[in-house]
Amino acid sequence: MNAARTFATAGRVLRQLRRDRRTAALLLGVPSVLLILLRYVYDGRPAVFDHVGAPLLALFPFITMFLVTSVAMLRERTSGTLERLLTTPLGRADLLVGYALAFGAVAVLQTGIASALALGPLGLQLAASPALVVLLALLDALLGMALGLFLSAFARNEFQAVQFLPAFVLPQLLLCGLFADRSAMAAPLRWLSDVLPLTYAVDGMQELTVRSGVGSALAVDLAVVAGASALALALGAATLRRQSA
Amino acid sequence: MTSSVHVRDLVVTRGRVEVLHGLTFAIEPGRVTGLLGPSGGGKTTLMRALVGVQSGIRGSVLVLGLPAGSPELRRRVGYVTQAPAVYGDLTVAENLAYFAAVLGVGRARCQQVLHDVGLADRQGQLVQTLSGGQRARVSLATALLGEPELLVLDEPTVGLDPVLRRDLWQLFGSLAAGGVTLLVSSHVMDEARRCDRLLLLRDGHLVADDTPAGLLARTGADDLEGAFLAVAEATA
Ligand SMILES: Nc1ncnc2c1ncn2[C@@H]1O[C@H](COP(=O)(O)OP(=O)(O)O)[C@@H](O)[C@H]1O
Ligand SMILES: [Mg+2]
Repeated sequence: MNAARTFATAGRVLRQLRRDRRTAALLLGVPSVLLILLRYVYDGRPAVFDHVGAPLLALFPFITMFLVTSVAMLRERTSGTLERLLTTPLGRADLLVGYALAFGAVAVLQTGIASALALGPLGLQLAASPALVVLLALLDALLGMALGLFLSAFARNEFQAVQFLPAFVLPQLLLCGLFADRSAMAAPLRWLSDVLPLTYAVDGMQELTVRSGVGSALAVDLAVVAGASALALALGAATLRRQSA
Repeated sequence: MTSSVHVRDLVVTRGRVEVLHGLTFAIEPGRVTGLLGPSGGGKTTLMRALVGVQSGIRGSVLVLGLPAGSPELRRRVGYVTQAPAVYGDLTVAENLAYFAAVLGVGRARCQQVLHDVGLADRQGQLVQTLSGGQRARVSLATALLGEPELLVLDEPTVGLDPVLRRDLWQLFGSLAAGGVTLLVSSHVMDEARRCDRLLLLRDGHLVADDTPAGLLARTGADDLEGAFLAVAEATA
């Protein structure tokens, strides 16, 4: 890996994102709008807002980074820039870590804005420090990015890439324990939810609402999300082939 | 002198179809070699094999003395794809700056190559707002940045007006005079006369490997278009 090439890649990705002002505004603004919506949907039941609001802070970066990365990588593949880059001294790790730095920075900003709003004016109650929220959200963003990167290899066009959201993310959402208690699920579904990384991302946020320090449950959640991101990133790296038919 | 590119019995299969059927040739250093032939003849496939991005290869492909696709070649070989591979949502200068960082070359070099391809006055423009020919020249400029020893250019002059075409061929000539080896593909026979040497590729077969003058003499044709037709008919 080469630091100059990695940072140049991160800078280039951020510049592309910044140029597309509408996408940048949506990335940073939509979580806040949804949180406000949620706050007043549960106007009379603040406990529910606490219970659902914190996991949402984890889900926003996961979902948005999944989408943005899969489309961005698909563009690199279809525009020929990826193939071009792979004929230069740029290493695959330079490219992947460059993307991770850029989208990680966006995720920190996104979560920073959303949590400031949620914990401040919207009155979301958390037991743990906001720094832990941002840390977990960052890991979730990297997980979404890594999955998007990996899956983008299997999309031929942007329609297919966007359909991977309902195909791969919605089932995880249903099974992650946010909408339905996992203990009430049919056993096979519970086993499935045990091996899906989003389960741990949501569980981690729920831990933060009830416990102030880093307990063993939260440590497991953080480790699983980080491990799943690393695995998806390695799988994604394997899809960046220098040779093709 | 040793050759820059040495290809022996190259067979390429894409999908299930054999696209190149056993090519053997060499490319001399410091020359502009034209890779000509009708669309679908296998020019792009051959270039991809030389830069090491084509799978399904049999035979031997040596580039600057190393097997095609060797990591050491990544700084020594420049490749410009047929469709411009640049970022449409970045400006000309931003594209150049990124590829310069990837190749580890300085800012001054960006100015130089932009000047060489005639885009010095377009630095701040978004690439997606450029014309097709301008975009192709941005792509070319990024490949020039690293001062590669071998430049593989896939139809770099398609869609350019005659003045720009002439300017680019002059650029290729001066690069070759400076010791760079160029392989330039085109499906326009008219460009063949600008080359030091010609490879004619038709349906995956190399039907001629000669100088323009040699080809004219051998076929007795009046122009290179006629020479190509004569060769094509003789091998059909
Ligand atoms: N990805 C691919 N899979 C299978 N066949 C391909 C692929 N790309 C090109 N071909 C076929 O290979 C042949 C040569 O194509 P190409 O090298 O692009 O020719 P040229 O560049 O001379 O127009 C054509 O018959 C084309 O249909
Ligand atoms: Mg072609």
